[in-house]
Amino acid sequence: MALPKEKQEVTDAMLSHLPEATGGNWIKTARSAAMDRLASLGLPVKRDEYWKYGDPTHWTAVEPKFTTTSEASQVFDGVEPLTLVFVDGVFDADASDALALDGAEITLLSKAAQADLHWSQSLYGVLETRANSVKPQDGGALVRPVDRPFAALNTAIAQEGVLIHVTGQVARPIRISYRSNGGQALLHHAVKVDEGASVTLLEEGLPAARYDVMIEADVADEAEFHHVRMQGHAPQVQAMTQLYARLGRESTFKSFALSVDGVATRSDAILELTGDDASAHVGGAVLGDGKDVHHDDTVFITHDAVNCESRQVFKKVLRNGATGVFQGKILVKEDAQKTDGYQISQSLLLDDDSQFLAKPELEIYADDVACSHGSTTGAMDEEGLFYLRARGVPKGYAEDLMTIAFVAEAIDEIADEALQEVVLAQVEAALAGRRG
Amino acid sequence: MTKLDDIKVAETEVKVKDGVEQETVDAVQAVSTYKHGWETEIEMEYAPKGLSEDIVRLISEKNEEPEWMTEWRLSAFARWGNMEEPDWAMVRYPEVDFQDQYYYARPKSMAEKPKSLDEVDPKLLATYEKLGIPLKEQMILAGVEGAENMPAEGRKVAVDAVFDSVSVGTTFQDELKKAGVIFCSISEAIREHPELVKKYLGSVVPVSDNFYATLNSAVFSDGSFVYVPPGVKCPMELSTYFRINAENTGQFERTLIIADKGSYVSYLEGCTAPQRDTTQLHAAVVEIIIEEDAEVKYSTVQNWFPGDEEGKGGIYNFVTKRADCRGDRSKIMWTQVETGSAVTWKYPSCILRGAESQGEFYSIAIANNMQQADTGTKMIHLGKDTKSRIVSKGISAGKAQNTYRGLVTMHPKAKDSRNYTQCDSLLIGDTCGAHTVPYIEVKNNSSRVEHEATTSKVDDDQLFYCRQRGMDEEEAVALVVNGFCKEVLQALPMEFAMEAQQLVAISLEGSVG
Repeated sequence: MALPKEKQEVTDAMLSHLPEATGGNWIKTARSAAMDRLASLGLPVKRDEYWKYGDPTHWTAVEPKFTTTSEASQVFDGVEPLTLVFVDGVFDADASDALALDGAEITLLSKAAQADLHWSQSLYGVLETRANSVKPQDGGALVRPVDRPFAALNTAIAQEGVLIHVTGQVARPIRISYRSNGGQALLHHAVKVDEGASVTLLEEGLPAARYDVMIEADVADEAEFHHVRMQGHAPQVQAMTQLYARLGRESTFKSFALSVDGVATRSDAILELTGDDASAHVGGAVLGDGKDVHHDDTVFITHDAVNCESRQVFKKVLRNGATGVFQGKILVKEDAQKTDGYQISQSLLLDDDSQFLAKPELEIYADDVACSHGSTTGAMDEEGLFYLRARGVPKGYAEDLMTIAFVAEAIDEIADEALQEVVLAQVEAALAGRRG
Repeated sequence: MTKLDDIKVAETEVKVKDGVEQETVDAVQAVSTYKHGWETEIEMEYAPKGLSEDIVRLISEKNEEPEWMTEWRLSAFARWGNMEEPDWAMVRYPEVDFQDQYYYARPKSMAEKPKSLDEVDPKLLATYEKLGIPLKEQMILAGVEGAENMPAEGRKVAVDAVFDSVSVGTTFQDELKKAGVIFCSISEAIREHPELVKKYLGSVVPVSDNFYATLNSAVFSDGSFVYVPPGVKCPMELSTYFRINAENTGQFERTLIIADKGSYVSYLEGCTAPQRDTTQLHAAVVEIIIEEDAEVKYSTVQNWFPGDEEGKGGIYNFVTKRADCRGDRSKIMWTQVETGSAVTWKYPSCILRGAESQGEFYSIAIANNMQQADTGTKMIHLGKDTKSRIVSKGISAGKAQNTYRGLVTMHPKAKDSRNYTQCDSLLIGDTCGAHTVPYIEVKNNSSRVEHEATTSKVDDDQLFYCRQRGMDEEEAVALVVNGFCKEVLQALPMEFAMEAQQLVAISLEGSVG
């Protein structure tokens, strides 16, 4: 079917800039298929419902807006991770640890791409393809496909990435540390966690002035995947992250992200629970300060198995005209009985210019379920503030304490307490930085 | 005074005994699931099938409208030609052939407008009698079944009865006139009160608001008009009863309600249609203007034919309803019980423009068999200190799909405003769907917005408890469901509340086991 004119134009402009698919057989096939998907889906325009409160032109424009640079970030040093460093999306071997870790096989996408066969071909672009190939009425009478063309674009042209095959208990967390030299980055990581295996993936730092970092995670039966992202921040950044995951039976998936500021931040999490008794938790905390700040969390969780549990906990603290967006959806397919789905999105508006826009959706086709969502927005609780001030806490600090208490509920979604502490410390540091 | 027994619906087997529970139980036992599916055999005259400028002119001519009204319609028609039918709602239905419909149908006996109710064709009067809406000026209770349990003094309800494309009569007009209230058909208002109609028509739902509203603006044939002057509390409840009777005919009614400063009116709307194999279109527009300190209650029991168990036939109900709280401290309360229609697309909305204005929306939407409902509300907070409350209860059974879709928006200037939204969905059986699509937009920080939604199935413990006490499963489900809907049922005027409770039970019949 032909695309609407406006879509066709941005798509053509993008396609004309894309390089030919190169590399070994497996990746050439994956990339050209993704290119075809992109051409048929078309890039999003502002009117698209999936971008209801966001602006896709940050990533459809051929040129990035800014040239923001950053220093290396080291917030996770304390947990002694295995570290991989990327500067503007290019792997920095000198700054990185050796790619050797018990219980995991780690390769770079660029290296795997030279081979004609690689284990990652069963994962690279595969979850993205699934998410982009939903048929109408698949699992429920009114189910409609959702187009995620940026994911197809990423699969088609990602310059680099880390491919991790987890086969056992990994002794150390794996950290991907980013740094910006003011350019662009398009990264595509893939993590395959074998049955019963477990891994923790950490991300920190600013990947580039404009970036699109995608992760595909295949979590097998009884496996665990933990993910914490401390999104590197600077005011002038166009940031997109995309997380696609498939969960097997009795598996555990936990992902949390802390984001601060940014002109355009869009974070997608698309999860599919395909094995019975699986559990998926996604959390996010946002501190947005400034009228140009726009942060959009879009979560889509599909329940396609029995007795699964999912939680979405998102907290946004916004001030000086910042905009926070939450689009969250729980889709419970016909056979996903005994589903327990929970979703909460809350924002704290610290002044009158900031805004919070939310679209928390439920789409449910199974009857024996308990799904709920809540969303609240408002100013900081005056009584709480008064209580603290009456006990001698200065106003600014009292506000920070209230803010920390507010976002802490999202941080609680991180399983590892040491990591929780790291994130809390970052929240405190960001707030202290603002107070000056 | 006429004995209440006389106005009881002839066909009904439902009798109200003591308390809600018995009522519900009895309702469940009623044989027929849709009891308004009969047809009145009456000679009709139709405009030619299809839609064109000529048809628009013809409708205008039949209503003896002034030139400005004809032009208004024609400009709407011109715009409609460039619009696309919306497809974002969570409903699926075959494409509607807008040329395969009659846009105007009236009983032949209505060619000459009867001067009083005494002159109205007895067949028409009998139709409404049978529906439980007698067009007699008497102390009545809007023909609600079980009226015998009501307080003996009763309450007056004025009725405007719309049959296909025309209003057949309006009761209590004289008595209302004494209070200064104008209650008549919209066609009459266009002729008799052009200044009011000109001022307000299209001011809340603009001509090009959406595809169906624009279509309605071009071809609306009749509907009700209400004007309540400053400081007047309308002495009785007003009600319009819409009946689609003719085949292949769309009904496009237009309702305009103006509550001037400090006034109050409670308005009830009912609708039914015969049982047919083919689908029929109903695209209405309701506009309500509420000035300073005025209050309007608008209650609907929507019971259009929902189609049969296989999804054959039924009404496509594409309705635009909006209230504009223009004045400070004005108040609107929408209450709806949606049990009918094959497809429902309806979002009664509130524009809270005046400071301290209030909007409330209470809804029960029940979809059974092959029904699809996409309904909800919009609360648009523009003025400061505005308040809104949304309570929505959606129930899905059979193979039905039920969606709550809502918008709450707090504009930057709507300081210190509040919204509370509660939408709950109940699933009965594993072949239906329940969906929630809320949009929440908060653009200032002194306002507080809370949204909660839950989806669950009928609680096994509650069912077990009821079953233990000797109820069969259907009775138990009906009881639990009535409890689930309680908050909304309580918001209805008494007459409707009783009917609604029974409807809730009837609509779910056959959904268990």
